[in-house]
Amino acid sequence: MVERSPVLDVVSHVVLGLGVLVIAFPVYVTFIASTQTSQEIVQAPMSLAPGNNMLETYRIALFGGETSFGARVSPVSRMMWVSLVSALTISLGKIAISLLSAFAFVYFRFPGRSLCFWLVFVTLMLPVEVRIFPTYKVVSDLGMLNSYAGLTIPLIASATATFLFRQFFLTVPDELVEAARIDGAGPLRFFKDVLLPLSATSIAALFVIQFIYGWNQYLWPLLMTTDESMYPVVMGIKRMFGGGDAANEWNVIMATAILAMIPPAVVVLLMQRWFVKGLVDADK
Amino acid sequence: MGAISLRKVVKRYGSGATANQVIHGVDAEVNEGEFVVIVGPSGCGKSTLLRMVAGLEEISGGEISIAGRVVNQLEPAERDIAMVFQNYALYPHMTVFENMAYGLKIAKVPMAEIRQRVDKAAAILELGPFLARRPRELSGGQRQRVAMGRAIVRQPAVFLFDEPLSNLDAKLRAQTRLEIQKLHRELGITSLFVTHDQVEAMTLAERMIVMNAGRMEQIGTPDEVYHRPATTFVAAFIGSPPMNLLRGQGQGTGFQSGGQLLSLTAPVPRAGELVLGIRPEHVELGNDTAAGGWPVRVQALEMLGAERLVYGTLGETLFTARLDATAPHPAIGDVVNIAARPEHMHWFDAATSMRVGA
Repeated sequence: MVERSPVLDVVSHVVLGLGVLVIAFPVYVTFIASTQTSQEIVQAPMSLAPGNNMLETYRIALFGGETSFGARVSPVSRMMWVSLVSALTISLGKIAISLLSAFAFVYFRFPGRSLCFWLVFVTLMLPVEVRIFPTYKVVSDLGMLNSYAGLTIPLIASATATFLFRQFFLTVPDELVEAARIDGAGPLRFFKDVLLPLSATSIAALFVIQFIYGWNQYLWPLLMTTDESMYPVVMGIKRMFGGGDAANEWNVIMATAILAMIPPAVVVLLMQRWFVKGLVDADK
Repeated sequence: MGAISLRKVVKRYGSGATANQVIHGVDAEVNEGEFVVIVGPSGCGKSTLLRMVAGLEEISGGEISIAGRVVNQLEPAERDIAMVFQNYALYPHMTVFENMAYGLKIAKVPMAEIRQRVDKAAAILELGPFLARRPRELSGGQRQRVAMGRAIVRQPAVFLFDEPLSNLDAKLRAQTRLEIQKLHRELGITSLFVTHDQVEAMTLAERMIVMNAGRMEQIGTPDEVYHRPATTFVAAFIGSPPMNLLRGQGQGTGFQSGGQLLSLTAPVPRAGELVLGIRPEHVELGNDTAAGGWPVRVQALEMLGAERLVYGTLGETLFTARLDATAPHPAIGDVVNIAARPEHMHWFDAATSMRVGA
């Protein structure tokens, strides 16, 4: 153990304070900017005190409309909806598919099982970006551009999650499977009644990670959506930067950024309780 | 017709020339309501045999029937059995009640009956106050009782126990042993119990099966197995400390072993290469060096409370005698004469290890 000493206390507090500043200050500036008018923001130096244009900015950001500059802003609420649907579909889809495939790999003996597993495992090495053009070609040929299906399906297959669940299932004692067989539980019954409840904490952890992953998708939607009504919010922010000489509505952009941050933050906060619960009643 | 019958049961892993046979044709009948213990050293195939009865291992050859029905092709749940596992195998996320009720729920037993059966089992096992708890909130002994409760509520034709006491500490093990006995008396359900512990086997069994290397060495009551072991393996495995076994040449009333001619008060059952077995408690120590005395040099003494073990060598063979703790005993280094009554001598064929004579 480290001794308590005033010097160490001061040093550690300074380090912590700096860390908080580095992380939190940009978020603070973003929030402050979203409460000011676009004229106030472009003044140098920008005021670090909250302005009083907050409601107006957020109203425009959420529902779209004309800004004081006369620029058209498309509604962020639609983008948030698209992002939410895709992130949920991606995370829930990933969890469902990986649970089932890990279940198959661990509990069933079928021809080519290890080949299948290694094929899945190898794809761990290939991020979306590597296979993005072939994927685009497939999705476009299937007519899935500008659709939720196109936004989510190519991102659902997940080697990481399959691997994680496989490792977890391998730690479930064989006797449990045998007890379930003697109790008359078929494979799917065992999956539903025993494996699923035991995996609850892993599922929660994965949900958080995959929700954020889905929410933060940028490159893929950028390629495959051309229709404004299918833009997710992360990409929408980028779209707000006008090209050329057009002035940027910084306050609306900042408000959008704040809005885009809220859902992942909410998911993390809500799931954090789950983690703690999972750790406290860690059983097995 | 037995409650369980095993006919030429064989277990092989792999196939063809590389097949590894672990059970070599076991034949046994377990009667209705009987408590049979399968005992043997680790790796003898006793658990495999039990798991074949349960349906958790495939049967490579022969036939197993339960309550007159051949079960070779039946799923475990269809065999009318219940099993208690060594590490309990309780579902960690279910309460005690749910653990016991799970099998019935799958069998679509009405909820009212499930409740009634679980309550009854809980009352027998004194688990009533714990029904709402999870397994991790219970002690090892309580978990063991839940595992038994899960077996009881199924009202099976046969209970299978796979070393259920090995994870308990010594005191709890003795107590649980008594509980299992009591339970068997009350419910009278045919039970097959696997253990490597001969004390468990002796105390629980109505009949016991001694297994070694995938073969059944003997089946009989604990008395028969102890007093008339069928092979040298059984003789050495059952009883602690183990039976003294002397290899030698028998002829008339003489037994030539380890360079010494030991004289007997009764003739050997037949001439030839024999193994003589004498239990430590049947060894009589004397100090008269009269003819017929067998000289043993004392090497070590162990005081166990009620009794004292005397270790010595007879020729080159280690020899153990068990004395009453209050009886006079020799000192280390003494040479004492030992003797045994003819009715306490067990004779085995040296080549086949099988019992010879009565």
